[in-house]
Amino acid sequence: MIEPLLIEKTKAGRLAYCYPPLDLPRSFDQEFEHLPSHLTREGSARLPEVSELDVVRHFTRLSTMVHGVDNGMYPLGSCTMKYNPKLSEEIAQMADFTQIHPLQDISTVQGCLSVMYNLLEDLSSITGMVWGSLQPCAGSHGEYTGLKMIRAHFLKTGDDKRTKVLIPVSAHGTNPASAAVNGFDVIEIASNKKGLVDLDDLKSKLNDEVAALMLTNPNTLGLFEEDILEISKAVHEAGALLYYDGANLNAIMGKARPGDMGFDVLHLNLHKTFSTPHGGGGPGSGPVMVNELLVPYLPKPEIDLGESGYLFDWSQEDSIGKVSMFWGNFLVFLRAYVYILRMGTDGLRAASNHAVLNANYLAKKLEPYYEIPYTSGIMHEFVISVKNYKSEYGVTAEDFAKALIDEGYHPPTVYFPLIVEEALMIEPTESESLESLDAFIDAMIRIAKKAKSDPASLKGAPYSTPVGRLDQVKAVKDAKLRY
Amino acid sequence: MIYPYIPHTDEDRAHMLEALGLSSIDQLFEVVGEDLLLEDSVPIAHRRTEDEVQRMIDSIAQRNIRGIPFLGGGCYDHIIPSTVKALSSLPSFVTAYTPYQAEMSQGLLQAIFEFQSMICEITTMDIANASLYDGAHAVVEAALLMVSAKRGAKKVLVSETIHPFSLKALKTWALGSEYEIILIEEVDGVSDLSSLPLTDDVGGLIVQSPNRYGFIEDYTAIAEQIHEHKALFAISSDPLSLAIQKTPGQWGADIAIGDTQSLGLSLAFGGPTCGYMAVKQPLLRRIPGRLVGMTSDREGRRGFTLTLQAREQHIKRERATSNICSNQALAALMTTIHLSSLGWAGMVEAAQQSYAKAHYLAHHLSQLPGLYVLNAHPFWCEFPIVFTDAKRMRKFLQELRNEGIFAGIRLSALTRRAEDELVLLVAVTEKRSREELELYIAGAQRVMK
Repeated sequence: MIEPLLIEKTKAGRLAYCYPPLDLPRSFDQEFEHLPSHLTREGSARLPEVSELDVVRHFTRLSTMVHGVDNGMYPLGSCTMKYNPKLSEEIAQMADFTQIHPLQDISTVQGCLSVMYNLLEDLSSITGMVWGSLQPCAGSHGEYTGLKMIRAHFLKTGDDKRTKVLIPVSAHGTNPASAAVNGFDVIEIASNKKGLVDLDDLKSKLNDEVAALMLTNPNTLGLFEEDILEISKAVHEAGALLYYDGANLNAIMGKARPGDMGFDVLHLNLHKTFSTPHGGGGPGSGPVMVNELLVPYLPKPEIDLGESGYLFDWSQEDSIGKVSMFWGNFLVFLRAYVYILRMGTDGLRAASNHAVLNANYLAKKLEPYYEIPYTSGIMHEFVISVKNYKSEYGVTAEDFAKALIDEGYHPPTVYFPLIVEEALMIEPTESESLESLDAFIDAMIRIAKKAKSDPASLKGAPYSTPVGRLDQVKAVKDAKLRY
Repeated sequence: MIYPYIPHTDEDRAHMLEALGLSSIDQLFEVVGEDLLLEDSVPIAHRRTEDEVQRMIDSIAQRNIRGIPFLGGGCYDHIIPSTVKALSSLPSFVTAYTPYQAEMSQGLLQAIFEFQSMICEITTMDIANASLYDGAHAVVEAALLMVSAKRGAKKVLVSETIHPFSLKALKTWALGSEYEIILIEEVDGVSDLSSLPLTDDVGGLIVQSPNRYGFIEDYTAIAEQIHEHKALFAISSDPLSLAIQKTPGQWGADIAIGDTQSLGLSLAFGGPTCGYMAVKQPLLRRIPGRLVGMTSDREGRRGFTLTLQAREQHIKRERATSNICSNQALAALMTTIHLSSLGWAGMVEAAQQSYAKAHYLAHHLSQLPGLYVLNAHPFWCEFPIVFTDAKRMRKFLQELRNEGIFAGIRLSALTRRAEDELVLLVAVTEKRSREELELYIAGAQRVMK
């Protein structure tokens, strides 16, 4: 099924929406000055001219050509594609939230502020941090904000030769990119045989030019950094700070806290751990949480509770300033808050328990068929390598991914982390039932067998989708990015 | 222990643990270590039912007070067709991730392609990305693009008349960096572009129109000056205003930025909104964020895919053009549905009615003693009024508030400057009915007589 572009269905004169007529007094119509011609737009924009039903059918058809968590299992590693509760969606559409302007008088937005304040309190206790800011709109925006605070701290203490940020080779690409955007030089830290931070390599690179170590824990192999307390000690003894990438917090909610591990600043992904929907790539929300040391640098305004209610406090002199237009993605906060209320502390702990149980069960059942290079201490996700299938049968990680599409699954994250060849990174989340895990295992086993018996057929996958594998070279070379 | 979002029964758990050769889930967490593991005997809060949570949220929501908003300052109350909510709520759109697997995400990719196309059409630029976080972030990304596109660029010129919050976000970006923000001062509420300090180390100029006061700025001959110095010119605009005002492309800008909040996104206490960026062809490989391209499969069928990813963080890591990963995809989809419903005629209608109604209110307010409508420059849907004293201003806001009207935004709430204390920004969109306008006018007349 190919759905035309809506612009291709245009018929001049068709309307999908009518505005009420302008009802100002006719006398006024002549009175006001029109925009001077040298400031006026020339020509029109080509937008669709279609009926309302055309619009409805177009986007409804497009939606049938998208796979979401509601359609089926979505074991995309490091993305925590868990179920997004319908109650959260319903609440996020309440007019008492959607019709509130960000610059209304503070006395008229106490409901919104109470959601933000209470969410920050909950996030503080979940992470073991002191306070935070909800302004960052996504995980990498949180990284940018956290690193900027580290920068501000060392500027304040006069330690401004600290221009390097250490990042494990297994880290998400946003870590080095966020460091670079903040003007830091990135130094890679090697992984050891167990897939964890190589302590010797780390210690050899720690010196008085290092501002921070960025760490994901569990890391992107799904392994808990068991030396975290020693890592933390080494980093702090060198005068540097420790940054926590919260992408994988779903493994340890209510079980362990980054604050107790010695992290100074972290970001969370509300759209991963706290069950707000990914929306096809956003909007997310990436709150930053800090310890006492970094509180003075939090973005402005800080949200506070005063005698006459909640308020925005703009007074912190050492704040890094604003990072987003208003207060952040409020409707995402609201959904995360609803999720936390629904689950309670005991429920959040249960979520992590079952996320880890599911991942371990999957790994155990797949191990006879797939190489899992790092198995010791798997938490909420794990990485398999199909490099042997590639060398023996010519079947790549991409081929496995495309074959899974024909089985009705969104594929795992592929070719990441970079330290595993032909990687498939699998994160089932706590949302999937035993039956759904077993069905996925069966599909993976079928594909493994097919990779040996009929590798050519996997090369042609997927067969069940509106289009087959797309010509990526042409997409770059012709770069047709608009109608 | 049953949770609706966790499907495991006791039997399931037992079966899974047996397969793992374990007796309890706790064993899976031993690697965390006793020093770090939390006691799980004392939960801070227990789970709540849907009904309990709904009641809690209802009572929280009651502490928000809604009014008839004549509020702008970067967030506007425009009419949104019912198609936007209905279609953007379709579950597969809502619960999908970034469309990395193109074959399984054609609907989403095509919608983003249509979004990119519409942004190009509206701004009259060549290439638009799949969205940025918001308007302030778009300003920051424009600055980043300017200093990376020109060798030796260390400075970015920015007009003092851009949105105060965008300016704050830009200053945050420059904090502790090797780059410097040079403020171009305003004269009578518009950018003073008469003598731009275009030295060799300047990467570009960022301006905004309508600007922070609502004024439409004149950029005649600016692009030429900037290009002579091999620098880039970025214009930030409310995209709905581009239905009537001259576009960034028509001014010769290299970068068009802004926020699509005015195109189908509700006020939502300021977020999510949706930043946009569109550029001219030579900047193709420098634009930040996701790009969707049209291509074909082996059988020649048309399809869409994320493309030119060599610019992005997951490929280039520290050498990427930006650190952005997640964007505002669902908000961009809302804008796409909104524009699909309006068409060009609808967009022009909304922009023109906003213009007419704002001018109607400004005209009536300008008749009143005790305040001045600042109208030295053309404006679109927002204008500043200045009160002669603070007491009058307070009374004005209170009186209208009693009528259920939020009469405007104090400029000082945006700038935090004492000198702006007596300035109120008033925004009027096509959504404000004649009755609402007359209610405002009558209230204002009562206070100011």
